[in-house]
Amino acid sequence: MANLLKTLAALLVLAFASLSAQAAIDPNLLKPLAGDDPDARIEAVARIAALANDDARKVLQALKDDTLYTTPDGGVLVVTDDRGWNPATGATGPLPDGVDGVVVNNRLRGAVDGALSGMALLSPDAGLRRTAAQALLARGVTPEQLPLVAKALAAETDAGIEATLRTAMAVADLQSPDVAVRKAAVIALADTGTASLRPQLQAMLDKNADGSHAEPDGDLRLAAANTLNAIDSRESRAEFVGNLFYGLSLGSVLLLAALGLAITFGLMGIINMAHGELLMIGAYTTYLVQALFRQYFPNALDWYLVAALPCAFFVAFAVGVLLERTVIRWLYGRPLETLLATWGISLILMQSVRTVFGAQNVEVANPSWMAGGVTVMGSLVLPYSRIAIIIFAALVVAAVWLILNKTRLGLFVRAVMQNRRMADCVGVPTSRIDMMTFGLGSGIAGLGGVALSQIGNVGPDLGQAYIVDSFMVVVLGGVGQLAGTVIGALGLGEVNKFLEPVAGAVLGKIAILVFIIIFIQRRPQGMFALKGRSVE
Amino acid sequence: MNARVTSRKSLFSKRAWTALAVVTVVAAALPLLNLVFPAGHALHVSSYVMGLVAKFMCFALAALALDLVWGYTGILSLGHGLFFALGGYAHGMYLMRAIGRDGVYQSHLPDFMVFLDWKEYPWYWAMTDNFWYCMLLVVLVPGVLAFVFGYFAFRSRIKGVYFSIITQALTYAAMLLFFRNDTGFGGNNGFTDFKRILGFDITAPGTRAVLYIVTLAFLVGALLLCRWIVTSRLGRVLQGVRDSESRLMFIGYDPLWFKLFVWTLSAVLCGIAGALYVPQVGIINPSEMSAANSIEMVVWVAIGGRGTLVGPIIGAFTVNGLKSWFTATFPDLWLFALGLLFILVTLFMRKGILGLFEDVKSLRRKTPADKPVEEKSREAA
Repeated sequence: MANLLKTLAALLVLAFASLSAQAAIDPNLLKPLAGDDPDARIEAVARIAALANDDARKVLQALKDDTLYTTPDGGVLVVTDDRGWNPATGATGPLPDGVDGVVVNNRLRGAVDGALSGMALLSPDAGLRRTAAQALLARGVTPEQLPLVAKALAAETDAGIEATLRTAMAVADLQSPDVAVRKAAVIALADTGTASLRPQLQAMLDKNADGSHAEPDGDLRLAAANTLNAIDSRESRAEFVGNLFYGLSLGSVLLLAALGLAITFGLMGIINMAHGELLMIGAYTTYLVQALFRQYFPNALDWYLVAALPCAFFVAFAVGVLLERTVIRWLYGRPLETLLATWGISLILMQSVRTVFGAQNVEVANPSWMAGGVTVMGSLVLPYSRIAIIIFAALVVAAVWLILNKTRLGLFVRAVMQNRRMADCVGVPTSRIDMMTFGLGSGIAGLGGVALSQIGNVGPDLGQAYIVDSFMVVVLGGVGQLAGTVIGALGLGEVNKFLEPVAGAVLGKIAILVFIIIFIQRRPQGMFALKGRSVE
Repeated sequence: MNARVTSRKSLFSKRAWTALAVVTVVAAALPLLNLVFPAGHALHVSSYVMGLVAKFMCFALAALALDLVWGYTGILSLGHGLFFALGGYAHGMYLMRAIGRDGVYQSHLPDFMVFLDWKEYPWYWAMTDNFWYCMLLVVLVPGVLAFVFGYFAFRSRIKGVYFSIITQALTYAAMLLFFRNDTGFGGNNGFTDFKRILGFDITAPGTRAVLYIVTLAFLVGALLLCRWIVTSRLGRVLQGVRDSESRLMFIGYDPLWFKLFVWTLSAVLCGIAGALYVPQVGIINPSEMSAANSIEMVVWVAIGGRGTLVGPIIGAFTVNGLKSWFTATFPDLWLFALGLLFILVTLFMRKGILGLFEDVKSLRRKTPADKPVEEKSREAA
């Protein structure tokens, strides 16, 4: 009875196997996996991978997961839950006696990983394919993988992935024994190659010890030199654009830090040494809003930043108004005294924050939509967080410009700052305008604080790090000039980023400070001096 | 300022001379009391108190220097911490070399240079093993820097707030520079572990007493010198710069050289203060150049009473005394107290502690208090 059943099962299996013969794997391919020869096993992995079907993936995955077993008759079984699936036949059955696990060493495991990621090139999911192609490019294509990559290339529809694959192929072809193939690869790489290929291309140009060229073909050497040049110029272009972008981003940060100061110092003449602490208050407000979202709206956590903007503005606005009413209003027209009093305020604010939140930095996370970045020019990645800050800075500048130039409040502000007595005479409530102006400057500092919380540490010393820079921007730009502040900030950011690779971060910073000191000698009023005839 | 001032004012009134002499004698007695009477005796002054007073005298000298430019000439420097530190570093170079081979690595080089694997002194350390050459540096380095910086700043007629901000930038740049290890000044740690000065053990009570007396002598000397300057015709020009520079120019004075003179002198005095400070405290590092330190100096002047010379000395002692007490008793509250002090002084005590005395005096005489001189309308500022 048992025998009969067994025969029946075998027949069924045979029938099924013949039906799915297309999908099953040739036993000759599988046999080396069960054997002992390490080279044969690795070759087998590559050839199985080249089949590029679901069964092949299953086998390789089993090999990786240690669920591939050998049978006494030299076959292999993929074991799941005490049942074995035979890739050679496609049949699934109970485990026979004498099965043994396939031993995987590190070399084989590496080959399997490579084969599996190579097979991802054929995945229907474009995202997976892109990741696999980039991984392949980074790791380099081995000769065994070539057929697989060629197959993937033929099937690929996405232009970006196709280009990546072509580059990977060309990199592999550089090692080809055929001169024509090498030349085609070198020429192809002129458009897509990266700096990591430089040693390989350079090797083609090198001479042997006896003075002969390592690469006998002259045309090929010429092509290699051209490709090297193309790669170099592309790299330097990318570096230039990268510096430009990071300079713009640093400039935006400086701008956000200094914009509030351009109003309180530039327009009102108050040396607000507590400006840095208003930035800090904005950053800590962001931290609190984030904590609130964590507690009450964990689903909307990504949008805490949007909620933090108005909160930071109003908290900083309120602190600013409070300071103006209690301290600063008594000190108008005495800038040096405002410096002392506001420094005192800054000490108190700093120590308060230290008392409430502790002296350690607090953690402010980027929302997930700020993670990652956009890749341009091959290798240059522009992070979303930096892009967001640039856009944000532009929006805040536009808002400030609109408020100062297009609203009634802005009209009053400008009137009071130009001629306080006359403005008073025609009925402008100067005292209230002072309060609002200082509040506005402080509120903008709060907005700056939200931006700073996204790119740096949030701690009690946050303000101190930006106060000197902020004053430099305002003084450089010319007091009371919005355009000057914008150009001053962006200019400083760009100069800093282009100087940094040459001089190092600290020396670059020192050079900039010295530059500003010298610049102010030439133009004491800043870049955009107010035109007028007043002597002082 | 005043038509009454035609002949030279005497340096101090008779009563002021007496008070000055008494204070000097009392101050000079402290190290004697420390040396003569054993610990535990009723008249013994502990070394701690003596060291504290010596430190405060260095600060007072710096405050005095600052008052000369801010109180009398109206130039607010936020960079005097730089001159103080430069004087300290210049003296520190001698003290470092005086350690000889007694350092951790027993090399003729200071430990930090051994640590950086340097084989010999950089060129700017040349001759710094000579005490008198280093004393020259104490005067020259802050003096020359102040002269050059001041020349360009005053020539471009940078003044007021702008001047303050660029002095701050200068100090900040110098601090960044000195924080670097490869500058050759010990990086973050600066100079420390001093062992001897001119062959004497730097920690011995006798040496400390001498340093104390030297500091006192410099402080009193500087006070007399500054007083002499501000009561001279030169001093009146300086006050003219403070009160109305453009009017002074229209009369035919060129304010540049007057400002430059007083600015350089102030920097030199501040450098000397730093040089006196370093052997007594035993360390100099770049944090002396932080913005906070320079601004604190300004507070000493403001709290004591700017434009009085004696006031800043009192201010330096008051603030630092408070600081010593607070940081020992309520360390967390010190910044609150200092901050409040800043605000209250600027709001309510515009003439500082000395101003309070004057107010009380004039109240008793039932005469109205002097109107503040430097009040300017908002438009002018």
